[in-house]
Amino acid sequence: MSMDIAVVGVGLHPFGRFPGVSAIEMGAIAIRRALADAGAEWRDVQAAFAGSYEVDNPDAVVALMGLTGIPFTNVYNGCATAASSLTMAANSIRLGDADLAIAIGMDKHLPGAFSADPRLYACPSWYGEVGQFVTTKFFGMKINKYMHDHGISHSTLAKVASKGYRNGVLNPNAFRRKPLSEEEILASPMLNYPLTQYMFCSPDEGAAAVVLCRADQAHRYTDTPVYLRATTVRTRRLGAFEVHSPWLPIEETVGPTVDASRAAYEMAGIGPNDVDVIQLQDTDAGAEIIHLAENGFCADGEQEQLVADGALEIGGSLPTNTDGGLIANGEPIGASGLRQVHEVVLQLRGQCGDRQVPGNPKVGYTQLYGAPGTAGVSILSV
Amino acid sequence: MARVPVAEGIFTWPSDDPQLVGSRCTDCGIVTFPSQQSCPRCASMSMAEHLLARRGRLWAFTTQSFPPPSPPYSGPSGKEFVPFGVGYVELGDVKVETHLTVADPDALQHGMEMELVVVPFRTDDDGNEVVTFAFRPC
Ligand SMILES: [Zn+2]
Repeated sequence: MSMDIAVVGVGLHPFGRFPGVSAIEMGAIAIRRALADAGAEWRDVQAAFAGSYEVDNPDAVVALMGLTGIPFTNVYNGCATAASSLTMAANSIRLGDADLAIAIGMDKHLPGAFSADPRLYACPSWYGEVGQFVTTKFFGMKINKYMHDHGISHSTLAKVASKGYRNGVLNPNAFRRKPLSEEEILASPMLNYPLTQYMFCSPDEGAAAVVLCRADQAHRYTDTPVYLRATTVRTRRLGAFEVHSPWLPIEETVGPTVDASRAAYEMAGIGPNDVDVIQLQDTDAGAEIIHLAENGFCADGEQEQLVADGALEIGGSLPTNTDGGLIANGEPIGASGLRQVHEVVLQLRGQCGDRQVPGNPKVGYTQLYGAPGTAGVSILSV
Repeated sequence: MARVPVAEGIFTWPSDDPQLVGSRCTDCGIVTFPSQQSCPRCASMSMAEHLLARRGRLWAFTTQSFPPPSPPYSGPSGKEFVPFGVGYVELGDVKVETHLTVADPDALQHGMEMELVVVPFRTDDDGNEVVTFAFRPC
């Protein structure tokens, strides 16, 4: 890596539903909290990158923060939007364009499954007309096949979702803060077999911001810098089993998460055995199970025993989605990945209170995945 | 009342033995469905029409138990909605995503043999029966 990058401030507007509060206003609150965390002022920020699905111009947040004239780039890259804004903010520092940069995410979605014109995803119109342009159905097919191929049970799906809600209870910024039992989750309406309603996250509202600087200047802002050791984004290759695919070739290959993960480990010089706290894209409970293997934390099929043993719990050997993940926080797309970074930074600083991973975690990992086959990974360490 | 396809050119119609219409790259041989003008493997612009096999094996499946967001979904919604199966069927040279005639997951198995059928989907404003393709166990 050409230059080390430090995270010196993180800020969050809680995730959930906030009638009367705009996405831009939530973005400004997250920025102010991240700057306060860094002990920096908005006028110190030399470059900004903001991600949103619903807001065309998240850079309009300058009207609430200060019109300082800085280069400010709006980013959209599906569910991997935050990985892209984080990568670009880090690169602006590596390039020497900025010493202090900020990555921001904000969104305010309506309830219910995402919908769009299939032609915008290079799919034919009829694919939407017949009801196949549905992201949740892809997740149902992928985990159903995975369970068949690798011996994962329905009970394990429910246990993973239940863990998400349980961790959400411990997170004051979470959307869902009510515990749900394995039985309640299995008994909720079937949406896309084998996934029931409570195994899915919901689109919601929220914002997050992360302040980055050159590592050699981190001491100006904090005594507890967290270093961004790698950040990668990858898209699907031919043969990956991906959302919104009217067809697939006979040849098969791994998904973009695997590619992004391998590249991130190489960039960081860190392996999965070194990671102490993990945040994965859990659009549904099945995705968390698959992503554990895709990111190198276990072999395919080992999740059944790991979940039974409590390995994914806050006190387990692979603490995963310690803030409740997407299941408990919902997914404001532009902000979701920065929420993961926020959680990892607090965990590595030992500031997570009731949900603190024990044993002074030193390395954290985040992963995003979404349509039409885009993944992002970051690795952070103290 | 006519039986009209949900889209032109995705299956041979009218036909007693309809087939899905894909395309094949004349440079690298990959098969796509539906047909497209350029190759997703080698970027060639030389794609030829290619009719797909009528039988294959179920590669992945789920159920669609709630009405998809409309638009783009144009099928029966509200109380008229009937859950349907969705899956990929491997047809030898391509896997095609498709409605399944069976929506009961206990009646579906990975690897089971499936065959193409054309089934009613909705009635259009002119009273025509709009039909689409699906696969059924065989
Ligand atoms: Zn080709």
